[in-house]
Amino acid sequence: MGSLDLALVYETGVDVKARSQWAYVRMRFFRHRLAVASLVVLLVIGLVGLFAPQVAPYGYDDIRLEDATRSPTLEGWHLFGTDQLGRDYLSRVVFGIRTSLWVAVFVALVSTALGTTVGALAGYYGGRVDNLLMRFTDLILTLPGLAVLLTASVFFGSGDPLKIGVILALLFWTAVARIVRGLFLSLREKEFVEAAKAAGASDLRIIVRHMLPNCVGPIIVNTTLVVAAAILVEAALSFLGFGIQPPNAALGKLISEGQSEGFELWWLVTFPGLVIVVIALCINFVGDGLRDAFDPTQRRVRA
Amino acid sequence: MRSIPPSAGSVPEPILAIRDLTVEFDTEDGVVHAVTGVSWDLHPGEVLGVVGESGSGKSVSVLSVLGLIPVPPGRIVSGEAIFQDRDLLKLPGRRLREIRGGQIAMIFQDPLTSLNPVLKIGEQISEAIQAHDPEAGDDAARKRTIELLELVGVPFAKRRVDQYPHEFSGGMRQRAMIAMAIANDPSVLVADEPTTALDVTIQAQIIEVLKAAQRETHAAIVLITHDLGLIAELADRVVVMYAGRVVELGDVFSIFDSPRHPYTLGLMNSLARLDADTERLEPIPGQPPSLIIPPPGCPFQPRCALSRGRVICTTDVPELRAAGEGSDHRSACHFAEELAAARGHGGAVS
Repeated sequence: MGSLDLALVYETGVDVKARSQWAYVRMRFFRHRLAVASLVVLLVIGLVGLFAPQVAPYGYDDIRLEDATRSPTLEGWHLFGTDQLGRDYLSRVVFGIRTSLWVAVFVALVSTALGTTVGALAGYYGGRVDNLLMRFTDLILTLPGLAVLLTASVFFGSGDPLKIGVILALLFWTAVARIVRGLFLSLREKEFVEAAKAAGASDLRIIVRHMLPNCVGPIIVNTTLVVAAAILVEAALSFLGFGIQPPNAALGKLISEGQSEGFELWWLVTFPGLVIVVIALCINFVGDGLRDAFDPTQRRVRA
Repeated sequence: MRSIPPSAGSVPEPILAIRDLTVEFDTEDGVVHAVTGVSWDLHPGEVLGVVGESGSGKSVSVLSVLGLIPVPPGRIVSGEAIFQDRDLLKLPGRRLREIRGGQIAMIFQDPLTSLNPVLKIGEQISEAIQAHDPEAGDDAARKRTIELLELVGVPFAKRRVDQYPHEFSGGMRQRAMIAMAIANDPSVLVADEPTTALDVTIQAQIIEVLKAAQRETHAAIVLITHDLGLIAELADRVVVMYAGRVVELGDVFSIFDSPRHPYTLGLMNSLARLDADTERLEPIPGQPPSLIIPPPGCPFQPRCALSRGRVICTTDVPELRAAGEGSDHRSACHFAEELAAARGHGGAVS
């Protein structure tokens, strides 16, 4: 019965290799060259940020007036030049990466956790809960982001990366909430959820164990995109002077410091700006790669 | 597997008794009377077949007892479901959850969609074990899972516990579903169209697995199906439902040999048989009635060949009453006796 054909398959050596969903995702992701390359670049940048004190040739605030306003040069490892106080810009960018990435990852994790919870509750329970949570989400979405950010940073004080992170996270969770809610609304009607209910699983168990794992793809993809968006917004905030304050180096702040010096010291805006662009671009590529890996049917180009 | 029919006099206590169950659904078009005044007993160890066409209320009547119909729009208007001296319909959700998947387990129709695609088969069965026995460690649960998979005939169980549903064929998935259902030694097993989504050869295997599952657990089975062949194969007693009501009830032999309701007879006549030389199958004319505005009188009257326009059929809803030879053979037809006569002469009513 039944077992015969299988036995045949196994014995004749036509081996079917068992692959988990994650193995498939990994396989498809690593086939995506641009995404893999971006991931490598990101990892390098991330490690540089993580080990900034070890990597940077100088401290981020070492003032050496004798070395002021040097253009990029190999001499003394001032690869990104120095500013008018003689601070090494490579070191400042490296520390800036550290701060900016920290804030961005913090924002992505907190907003994803928050958004997933709100979306899951709204989607699972539906009805009044859904209505209430989603109208609240709509409310947050309609807030003019930049104005709120500027006001909030004035009221709660800016400069502290943690505070900036919290403020950004409180504005960034809405997208995940909507995505997760939509997924939950459709998952809720799936028979395996009914089957889990019939097997005596509790609401929490069904949400966490049966429904969330079916949403990891979109959630992870969205998280990566939030990292990119958070880097850009944090840079904009810092540029406007409402974000992270000196002596902390953040990428946006570095650009704003540099732009006041005009065109002669071009390296002061160019390198931090370049780093922001590279990071945001790479994260978006990785996000694309992940999306294609999780859901090959959404792929626009067949490769 | 068919248990010896309980002889009259020593009728055992039913393990699950449904009394006067009425379930309605609120829809935009009006209130759907999905189940109306349904009562039946399930005795320990027996297989009770619940037959009816789509929309006859056979699934809803059982799912509502387990608290598995969406409320709203569903609504249990009245009735009782007595299980171990408790009314399941009045149990708080928490207590009902302990019973679901524990003492009363379910096998669903479509194993393709009833298994979570992102969890391994073994994880899903172990979860059912651990949900009802928090003491069970991971290793113990895994060992039991492998035993269960072997029991339901999944080959290479040790290897296949770590596979995902998409790596299982339809028949193997249904075996896994059955393994999950019997994981906690249920005393009642509800099988909702367990073979409908499978092809015929696999159906036969799944029937064998169901029999094995019953041998193992001694559970009473409620078999919801529209497949009379499956009923003939497995059931001890049969409940025939039409338009949300029980129209006939009895042991499988008397139902098949001498149906006492024109609807049951119609079902039999519309069945392709190997042992009869039938030129044409006789479908039941017409459509099932609207469950929003049920016709007055007998719900089957508009399609009934036996009624022949008699007034009582259009005015009075027939009560379920004793009919036929079997001790508990009951029919909800005003003229059940006429069927006995017609059958006796070997002809169908026309």
